[in-house]
Amino acid sequence: MSAVELQGLNVTFTGGTKPVRAVRGVDLGVDRGETVALLGESGSGKSVTLRALLRLNPERKSRIEGSIRVAGQDVMALRGRALEDFRGKVASMIFQEPSLALDPVYTLGAQIAETVVKHEGGSRAAGWARALELFRRVRIPEPERRLNAYPHEMSGGMRQRAMIALALACRPQVLLADEPTTALDATVQIQVLLLLRELQREFGLATIFVTHDIGVAVEVADRIAVMYAGRIVETGPVREIIRNPRHPYTIGLLRARMGHEQRRGARLEAIPGAPPDLSALPPGCAFAPRCRFAEPVCSVQDPAEEAVAPQHLVRCLRSAATLAPAG
Amino acid sequence: MTLFLLRRLLYALPIVLGVSLVCFALVHIAPGDPLISVLPPDATDEVRARMMAAYGFDRPYHEQFLLWAWRALHGDLGMSIATARPVASEVIRAVGNTLILAVAATVIGFAFGLLFGVVAGYFRDSWIDKAASTLAVVGVSVPHYWLGMVLVIIFSSELGWLPATGMGPSGSSGWVPDLEHLKHLALPALTMSVIPMGIVARTTRALVAEILSQDFVGALRAKGLSEGGVFRHVVKNAAPTAIAVMGLQLGYLLGGSILIETVFSWPGTGFLLNNAIFQRDLPLLQGTILVLALFFVVLNLVVDVVQTLLDPRIQRA
Ligand SMILES: Nc1ncnc2c1ncn2[C@@H]1O[C@H](COP(=O)(O)OP(=O)(O)OP(=O)(O)O)[C@@H](O)[C@H]1O
Ligand code: SF4
Ligand SMILES: [Mg+2]
Repeated sequence: MSAVELQGLNVTFTGGTKPVRAVRGVDLGVDRGETVALLGESGSGKSVTLRALLRLNPERKSRIEGSIRVAGQDVMALRGRALEDFRGKVASMIFQEPSLALDPVYTLGAQIAETVVKHEGGSRAAGWARALELFRRVRIPEPERRLNAYPHEMSGGMRQRAMIALALACRPQVLLADEPTTALDATVQIQVLLLLRELQREFGLATIFVTHDIGVAVEVADRIAVMYAGRIVETGPVREIIRNPRHPYTIGLLRARMGHEQRRGARLEAIPGAPPDLSALPPGCAFAPRCRFAEPVCSVQDPAEEAVAPQHLVRCLRSAATLAPAG
Repeated sequence: MTLFLLRRLLYALPIVLGVSLVCFALVHIAPGDPLISVLPPDATDEVRARMMAAYGFDRPYHEQFLLWAWRALHGDLGMSIATARPVASEVIRAVGNTLILAVAATVIGFAFGLLFGVVAGYFRDSWIDKAASTLAVVGVSVPHYWLGMVLVIIFSSELGWLPATGMGPSGSSGWVPDLEHLKHLALPALTMSVIPMGIVARTTRALVAEILSQDFVGALRAKGLSEGGVFRHVVKNAAPTAIAVMGLQLGYLLGGSILIETVFSWPGTGFLLNNAIFQRDLPLLQGTILVLALFFVVLNLVVDVVQTLLDPRIQRA
């Protein structure tokens, strides 16, 4: 059984004047020990999907539908104390900006110890001991001293290591990483990526790794899921996606990437046009206005999921046309 | 840490010097003759000159200042012209009385201000927020002496629960911590508390809303903290600013509200200043202002230090 199983996930934000359909029918499974990279442009719904897994989207201003199962638990049914016990213990999250995601007025040691005490009981001293162990594990130099540091007293890379230590404090089974290296310098980025991959293997974590950088996705992931306008448009093993992309959007992403000659961290903006307004989606394929392969049928019919190879799924009405190495 | 404290103390010195200079100069800036209230209008020039010499008004300014400052350093603020009693003891007693009133008002104002502010911040834009914010605005904008009089009418005249004026039974002018004195304190403290309450409520609302909008709050929930646990973090984040606001409010209230102390005949600094001004009692005015200003400087220092101790982001150098 998968560690993470999303079926028909819909998230609609209802706070504004018009409902915003940020996630529209996402199906995604992640096995124990597997890393899936969630790839897509800004605003495609990656973070919202990730937050839905911890039920972190504002409850009063959003509507969530579908089924979310994590480590055998029905996340949609969790309430109160059960939800608290789930968050950080079964599944935990790493954020893009550690400088914003850590409480500025608590020491790092206190923030980790607090989590340990919350989930496992025991003394604060035991929590600090765990924090020290984790700081060693994520290779923070002078860990004893750094435990007493405040977030602003550390460099970006060290802060993100501390954030990783915090996320792993209670030995979760699922790790949700939301662009964990985007805010870092290139060299630091590689170190943190390598560390994450190492820890993911060691802990046997099921990981969803959000990024908009294909290079990063290739480096860390076993599978890639490409998201566009709140929907997964293509998913498959990394090699398969790289060698044989079948969705026009994925093809565009890869081509943009090649054009930029492996420039790490480059934004995925080389495909002309802009993503659609999620509060006023036209019928048919959401990518149609930007698609080189689009035909009249595309703005009428909603593409269904289709297996083009084992484990390789695509949502495109013209997947037969994209097979040929198009010019 | 010691270095930081020493530095802050050092920074305070020029302020203290400036404050004393201004206080000293008051006597000479104030229009009219400083002796006007002690001498009969038909006093001879000879008597006048003798009095000028007795008060030291005939010497050069810098000498006068040094002498005055030297005496002030030793707790001698001169004699009140109107009562012929030492200014220092009058001021100390009044400051003590105002301090009691100000602390009581700050405590009440803070308790309610924090409550309203936190609730409004947590439930921003809901009806609770609107109710709390409206209350805070009313609190800030209602005239205090008017509120004082309304309270007197309700609780003293109509209900007869609380005394309307004075500090204690039979014109007591010193604080005794008993029920009678507490009853006398209730109405002026309540009236005065409206000032910090409104400001604290508004500051806290903005502060809490701002903290709640930060990413780390989501991260705290993501690691499994309960709402109570998240609230602890919010409080710790808000504390340095809230305490700074409280200190400054206490400072303002220490100046004593002339209007409130007059309405309730509370023998504090506001009352004293009022008397000193009307009686042209310059040494008393000078001494009161000096003591209040120094109090304010010290309070600022304390607030600064406490805030620095509480907020790790401020450099302690
Ligand atoms: N709390 C919210 N209220 C209303 N709309 C929201 C909220 N959170 C996200 N959205 C909307 O949902 C859509 C998807 O946002 P999301 O943050 O998931 O994008 P993303 O793929 O993570 O992009 P990025 O690469 O910029 O992080 C966006 O249009 C965004 O405006
Ligand atoms: S369905 Fe049509 S518009 Fe959508 S990606 Fe395929 S070809 Fe392009
Ligand atoms: Mg995002």
